[in-house]
Amino acid sequence: MRVQVRNALIIPALAALMLAGCSAVPLRGTGDLGLVIEREAGKVQVVDTSARKSLGEVAGLGDLSHASIVYSRDARYAFVFGRDGGLSKVDLLTGSLVKRVMQAGNSIGGAISQDGRLVVAQNYEPGGVKAFDAETLELMADIPASYGTEGKRSRVVGLADLPGRRFAYALFDAGEIWVADLSDPKKPLVTKYPNIGKEPYDGLVTPDGRHYLAGLFGEDGVALLDLWHPEQGARKILEGYGKGQEKLPVYKMPHLRGWSVAGRHAYLPAVGRHEVLVVDTETWKETGRIPVKGQPVFVMARPDGRQVWINFAFPDNGWVQVLDTATGKLVQTLEPGQGVMHMEFTPRGESVWVSSRNTNRVIVYDTETFREQAVLPVPAPSGIFFTHRAARIGF
Amino acid sequence: MAWAMDGVRERELVRLVREDCGSCHGLTLKGGLGPPLLPETLQDKPEQYVVLTILHGHPGTPMPPWSPFMNETEAAWIASRLKAGFPDR
Repeated sequence: MRVQVRNALIIPALAALMLAGCSAVPLRGTGDLGLVIEREAGKVQVVDTSARKSLGEVAGLGDLSHASIVYSRDARYAFVFGRDGGLSKVDLLTGSLVKRVMQAGNSIGGAISQDGRLVVAQNYEPGGVKAFDAETLELMADIPASYGTEGKRSRVVGLADLPGRRFAYALFDAGEIWVADLSDPKKPLVTKYPNIGKEPYDGLVTPDGRHYLAGLFGEDGVALLDLWHPEQGARKILEGYGKGQEKLPVYKMPHLRGWSVAGRHAYLPAVGRHEVLVVDTETWKETGRIPVKGQPVFVMARPDGRQVWINFAFPDNGWVQVLDTATGKLVQTLEPGQGVMHMEFTPRGESVWVSSRNTNRVIVYDTETFREQAVLPVPAPSGIFFTHRAARIGF
Repeated sequence: MAWAMDGVRERELVRLVREDCGSCHGLTLKGGLGPPLLPETLQDKPEQYVVLTILHGHPGTPMPPWSPFMNETEAAWIASRLKAGFPDR
């Protein structure tokens, strides 16, 4: 900073000015900040969920047509995983790109370790996971998802952080769940659970870090691994939920994360059906199913678990429905605009932000009254990621 | 070849391919859970095979039939454009 101080009397005033003036934004926390993906432009917008406005954008993040984000444990930095294998570290406070590495040819997302030291990417091409130092993005571990006798590599889905620097993920092509212990990244310990079911498409860990679920595309069912009793292996729940009926064509794969759990129950998308499946997480038995407007993509519990918000695959992706978990009834159907890609609750759930790709808008709704609280213009918005994810297992 | 389509419908189809086929094949069509749909990866596939796959899906894989949303002429237009290099918008 080129400030020449000529008078000792003005030093305190200057120091205050310098503190305020050094960065693009005044001193502030990040607890009410987040990022919205502009999927076609390869940018993210930094948003403020208190002011309900955009603070600016960060460009140069590559192909974000399928992108996801995890946060550093201080919730200042976002790690953005792009479709093209780019891993970018973004500083929310300065609104800048800190570092970027190309780590794969085709990537689908990532996770961050419980201690915040390792960022892990899950890749389709080459199939496997890679771990990076969260500070420097230096490669720390590379675990190819090789399976079978011919050394084929599977695409990796459903990566989730587990307590103790461990990560669970599923191999779409192999039908396996792997748990990698990266306590020593130089010597990853991988435990493999084969034959968990056909074509796992995504996975989640419950908010207590105990159960890992992998949704299956190739059959009706969900693979369940109790991480407190890994010796029991994976078992199948919700087996045959389609009741022998042929499933409808699926125009978009559903997405699973820890948001599926509301109180004692998990709310899961039924693949190829216009239904949400309700599972008791004590018994892992189905306790109900709720008919909805289309094939669910995101089935997301409000942080207090009282509501579950649902969006849908093409051609029903203009709708959002809201389920009241106390009554098991749908209480609202909204039309935010065509191409609803994603939803994200504010930290305590009084508002939800919904992206409508085709109308180039993000709409903020009051989750009690369902009234629009704000509309933000965002070109082709998709994923919305708020910093409270930094403090949650499985996000 | 004459296509019974107007520019508006063509733009709709380009968007459909980029956005909705792109859910699995990627916005840039370089592949994802679905295979790449680039000219070099489609070059050994007959155009009619691509048309039929679009319309009727590929049983045994996640590829769904798109015939509820387009006719054969439109699927043929998409197939030929995919093989030639698909327009951005």
